[in-house]
Amino acid sequence: MGVEGIGARVLRKEDKRFITGKGRYTDDMVVPGMKHAAFVRSPHAHAKVTSIDAEAAKKMPGVIGVLTGKELKADGIGNLICGWMVHSKDGSPMKMGAWSPLATDAVRYVGDAVVIVVADTKGQARDAAEAVEVTYEELPVVVNAVAAMKQGAPQLHPEASGNLIFDWDLGDEKATSDAFAKAAHVTKLDIVNNRLVPNAMEPRATLGVYDAAEDHFTCWTTSQNPHVARLVMSAFYNVAPENKLRVIAPDVGGGFGSKIFIYPEEVICLWASKKTGVPVKWAADRSESFLADAHGRDHATHAEIAFDKDNRIVGLKVQTVANFGAYMSLFSSSVPTYLYATLLSGQYDIPAIHANVKAVYTNTAPVDAYRGAGRPEASFVVERIMETAARELKVSPAELRRKNFIRSFPHQTPVIMTYDAGDFDATLDAATKAADYAGFEKRRDEAAKRGKLRGIGMSCYIEACGIAPSAAVGSLGAGVGLWESAEVRVNAVGTIEILTGSHSHGQGHETTFAQLAAERFGVPIDSVSIVHGDTDKVQMGMGTYGSRSGAVGMSAIVKALDKVEAKAKKIAAHLLEADEADIEIKNGDVKVAGTDKSLPWFQVALAAYTAHNLPSGMEPGLKEGAFYDPSNFTFPGGCHICEVEIDPDTGTTEIVQFVAADDFGKIINPMIVEGQVHGGLAQGIGQALLEGTHYDDSGQLLTASYMDYTMPRAQNLPSFNVMTTETVCPSNPLGIKGCGEAGAIGSPPAVINAITDAIHNNDLTMPATPQIVWAAIQAVK
Amino acid sequence: MYETQYHRATSVEGAARLMGEAEDGKYLAGGMTLIPTMKQRLASPSDLIDLRRIEALKGIKIDGRKVRIGAVTTHYDVSVNEELAKICPAITNLASHIGDPQVRNMGTIGGSIANNDPAADYPSAMLALDATIITNQRSVPASAFFTGLFETALEPDEIITAVEFTTPDKAAYKKFPNPASLYAMAGVFVARSGDRVRVAVTGAGENGVYRLKDAETALASSFGPSALDTLSVNPDGLLSDLHATAEYRANLVKVMAKRAVAEIANRPM
Repeated sequence: MGVEGIGARVLRKEDKRFITGKGRYTDDMVVPGMKHAAFVRSPHAHAKVTSIDAEAAKKMPGVIGVLTGKELKADGIGNLICGWMVHSKDGSPMKMGAWSPLATDAVRYVGDAVVIVVADTKGQARDAAEAVEVTYEELPVVVNAVAAMKQGAPQLHPEASGNLIFDWDLGDEKATSDAFAKAAHVTKLDIVNNRLVPNAMEPRATLGVYDAAEDHFTCWTTSQNPHVARLVMSAFYNVAPENKLRVIAPDVGGGFGSKIFIYPEEVICLWASKKTGVPVKWAADRSESFLADAHGRDHATHAEIAFDKDNRIVGLKVQTVANFGAYMSLFSSSVPTYLYATLLSGQYDIPAIHANVKAVYTNTAPVDAYRGAGRPEASFVVERIMETAARELKVSPAELRRKNFIRSFPHQTPVIMTYDAGDFDATLDAATKAADYAGFEKRRDEAAKRGKLRGIGMSCYIEACGIAPSAAVGSLGAGVGLWESAEVRVNAVGTIEILTGSHSHGQGHETTFAQLAAERFGVPIDSVSIVHGDTDKVQMGMGTYGSRSGAVGMSAIVKALDKVEAKAKKIAAHLLEADEADIEIKNGDVKVAGTDKSLPWFQVALAAYTAHNLPSGMEPGLKEGAFYDPSNFTFPGGCHICEVEIDPDTGTTEIVQFVAADDFGKIINPMIVEGQVHGGLAQGIGQALLEGTHYDDSGQLLTASYMDYTMPRAQNLPSFNVMTTETVCPSNPLGIKGCGEAGAIGSPPAVINAITDAIHNNDLTMPATPQIVWAAIQAVK
Repeated sequence: MYETQYHRATSVEGAARLMGEAEDGKYLAGGMTLIPTMKQRLASPSDLIDLRRIEALKGIKIDGRKVRIGAVTTHYDVSVNEELAKICPAITNLASHIGDPQVRNMGTIGGSIANNDPAADYPSAMLALDATIITNQRSVPASAFFTGLFETALEPDEIITAVEFTTPDKAAYKKFPNPASLYAMAGVFVARSGDRVRVAVTGAGENGVYRLKDAETALASSFGPSALDTLSVNPDGLLSDLHATAEYRANLVKVMAKRAVAEIANRPM
């Protein structure tokens, strides 16, 4: 490793502009003639739209246009789609209800967009939006997914009888039942994985520009995957053909999954720009973000796990009801199915697993991927039930896990996945040692003397990243392939641009991706620029989510670097009159091994562009592209241990220790990896202790601001003790697994296991706020 | 936010005059409640009359045990006043735990009292300290000032100019914050002067701040946390919401009261 190569703790190049307020976000974009949009949103969770009277609004000061869903439909703009087909166990395709970008006949959640108003200023647009008279005929409302499946529940979409989108199975039901029939012990658990509001620091925004002269659209947007946005808006929403639509996602202030999806506002602003003849910008305020960003999680699960007399797991049964909200968001169907049930084997050798997932419409905001997307829900089920089982079996939670670890790789689970590498003993050992797990009871006794309830809990999670082999996900219903592309351009002076289809919205790609080139050619990372987020610059890409930028995005760069290196060596061999096989590139010099013959890197690049003296038949230039399609998912895993102290008088939980030992395979920049883990842990602890999303029975979002929705603050978090172990991932050229979501996946069960240990009551819902914990203490008093 | 007219008053009389001329005016101090409410378009005053630059409303004056705090004194300025901390650390401590640093540097004592948010901290101190609320028209004892949720004895055009109180022998404030907003879900201010004990509760009551007279009686006869062991706080009449049921709040009121009493009992002053 060089000082800036793979494995170096290089400071993030992008941070200077971010922390000095010089980032350029969508809402910073200004184009000539630009106007502002405001949306009229439904105040009701379920209603028929009987009339829309925009006449008064149209006469308001500054108003340029007031447009409705009927006009949108008349112009042929398509309904929003879900891009992953899931079939029910009876073979029938999922039942997708129509989602018009602007509601035409009915609204189905509070915040559903009904009308767009375009005006000179944002304030005028809002004033006029208030003057639009929409007449609603209110309908009965259901917000809870289990209630929505009951007979007589309000029906959201005619396409989905009983609000049931699909009733999906994975695994062998009979083999699992047979295993349970012979079991020595069965542990049962009912748990809810609480709904979360993503709360990226930058609210969503979009700027739609129609250029009449060129008949061309440009869409600036807060997206994690601008190319997918272009593809979907072009192929399904009929905004414009791809060659007439440019999508740019500039600096994006956090996504956490919520900016993967193509939302109504992007489509509508593009269409409205053509319709009104002016560029149209919309930027959500925080209240709109709460109401209309796709939420995360919201599962209700019953699980049972069976053991033989030696405490070996013989089977696992899981039944989950997943709340999809009012519409099927872009990748919603994949989250509680192929990103969830496929991870239910955890780190354990389980011979039989059966999972059933029912996806249900309710009158709430659409639910889709949120940091971890299905995998936090899976690890919460598996790790809560393992800890519960250990308590019932009166064995050490660590030893019960250890007894059941998978130790031979590759390992085929009963739920599709083939784990390629891992060492679960290593992460468990590292975490238990760092946490002094063995010495816990002394600390519990000492805390008791101070009147505190102390508890410890662990979670040995596994997840799947590097999403994903295109053929595999295609066979499972994905509408897209999940490869990545890269292009490496070496300039004539030796500086480098790397174009990538991955998108950085906080991950630090401008640094880590440059480190790959620094490693390869010995050039300083300051001479390497990363270009991303613009469909006119980068040909195609699948974007960033599912911790895929490392394993997939960087692998594509490696392939392109391979090609550049090969060509550079050919040129150097020709110039140095040496054999190509003897050329090596080190510390910025291109050398003939074992001799003092060398050329500085830039001279090789210059030679490629002057083309005065190239090998016979070689094309000038030094620029190569590559597509990389992974051969498997990657499987990061680890052990998180949480230790808490609870004030029994108030129910307040203090995390007094948090240890995370993770195996991310090879690591490019340990500092950035630690930052990712810290952020993930903060979100996971937020889910466990703080973040509750509540709708009332009429479908109003009660937690629609920071007055009621608790984001984690520094004071809620301990100083994390994070460490890594390493098994090299065999499924990609860098041996890396991905680290973006692990913190959020591994931590919630560790926290809840610790609290339930402290209070001796296993019946505890997330978020475990002081009130919830206090009530749980009272319940067993 | 709807369009509004901003005025910067330089005197109390000038502010009152501007209010008289306004169609639907509002006094503005720190704006920590009013401005977010306006930004959400839930309030639309025609005029904002900013009181913060009026010299007469600023500052803390101490004369022996008598304290006068000007109405536009920020929570931060109260929290760092060393002279006040010497004679009444409970009030500086209370101020130092309001909201977050941004709020403490903008929010004012007069604004907090005039708004009378049922979860605001200062009203409990005013009630427990038997403070007097001084306005441009009169003096009102705290016991008559706080009249209900967001309701006070203030007339629409009346301006709080200061609060005055005599520091007790000992006092303490303990609150349990709402995890999201950090407002009190139960805040208890205990003040003791000789045999007289005042216990005022904020954050919990359906009608805003109130005195916990059972606790006062128990503490008057025997001052110490154990005097409250048998105290039963009735959940009836307490707020109940997502973050705290009435039962949980009743528990918090008792726990915070005991902790405030324990702090007084354990502190030299």
